[in-house]
Amino acid sequence: MGIEREISEQLHALVDRPMNFMHVCGTHEASIARSGLRSVLPPMMKIVMGPGCPVCITPAGEIDAALELAADGVTIATYGDLMRVPGSQESLESCGGDVRIVQGIHKAVEIAGRVKNEVVFVSVGFETTAPTVAAAIRAEPPKNFSILSYHRLVPPAMEWLLTQGEAKLHGFILPGHVCTVSGYHEYERFPVPQVVAGFEPEEILLGFLMLAQIVRQGEVGVRNAYPKAVSRDGNVKAMALMHRVFEPCDVEWRGFPVIPASGLRLRDEFGEYDALRKFGIAIKKVTKKTACICDRVLRGIADPSDCPLFGRACTPARPIGPCMVSHEGACRIWHTYHVGGRK
Amino acid sequence: MCIAIPGEVIEIRDNIGVVDFGDLKQEVRLDLVDVNVGDFVLVHVGFAIQRLSREEGLETRELFREVMAAMED
Repeated sequence: MGIEREISEQLHALVDRPMNFMHVCGTHEASIARSGLRSVLPPMMKIVMGPGCPVCITPAGEIDAALELAADGVTIATYGDLMRVPGSQESLESCGGDVRIVQGIHKAVEIAGRVKNEVVFVSVGFETTAPTVAAAIRAEPPKNFSILSYHRLVPPAMEWLLTQGEAKLHGFILPGHVCTVSGYHEYERFPVPQVVAGFEPEEILLGFLMLAQIVRQGEVGVRNAYPKAVSRDGNVKAMALMHRVFEPCDVEWRGFPVIPASGLRLRDEFGEYDALRKFGIAIKKVTKKTACICDRVLRGIADPSDCPLFGRACTPARPIGPCMVSHEGACRIWHTYHVGGRK
Repeated sequence: MCIAIPGEVIEIRDNIGVVDFGDLKQEVRLDLVDVNVGDFVLVHVGFAIQRLSREEGLETRELFREVMAAMED
């Protein structure tokens, strides 16, 4: 008997009450949707995706700041996933400026070494990614290089979700690769069942089983279902480097209000690499009225298929909301794997 | 965004390693990890973000058995 089926049978035996679990990782959602995992879950178990896609939670005002620099002739470098994310008027892809897709920050630094023009790296990502940026900044990149630091930290957003309580959650699947770097000790303060899970379908299923166990035992706390990559303390060297270069700051997440200490900005010592300071620009608050419900999808209180635009006006070819843009966005993933049908 | 791929470090020069992903070999930055040739690492946006522990590398099946055994205790 396949291990997935064995785990699934145990899960059916355990889930005797409503259990709503949230994961906060686009890679988890992609694996769940691609493998059709929701179809083997017990009827009383529901899995929703929270704010687990760094591209999706980047507010339009932050995209606008990058567009402003591109319009001024600055060379922009960033991850491919960010290219089509809508700002208030246009996206990096449609803006007509010098915008280049890179694998990571080190490639953007290489570009800066080859050209005279100012090069700005649009830097998104959670704890998995921020230390790579810290490493590059510590290595003293050329003077014509700087970054827009749009990093976000996962625990403050989880805290917001738990305080808010609108999603009525019984537990969290913690993001495996965020925890690979950050460890999971920071999550132990949350009085809710949590399991760190890997990314293969059977690893995620095992994570669900362990979560259901904690719920059934009436306990809270963190268990680790991804020990080959994740330890309680994570990658201490990477986290120390991140804290050495960045300090926490209050930032807005798309779909959320300003969440205290949930962002990262460069410390004063590294201010010359901060594009906001270097070019004297500010992030503007953008409010745009559309029928798009990405905000509610990101908070785990609506499914992509609840949106009137999903699969109709909003498709991967012509995305309206950020969750349809990114390969890690819930709407894009559901559309690609035909999850949820069209309402 | 947080996709990370495992591979084996087959060469190291300063802070750059060559990692064998099976069907692809690629240069990877090693700034965030202390590794030796032969170690397995997880690679994300061109950087190794963690060394994979072989001792802790329990297969899902073994982990499942442990979880079930613990539940029966």
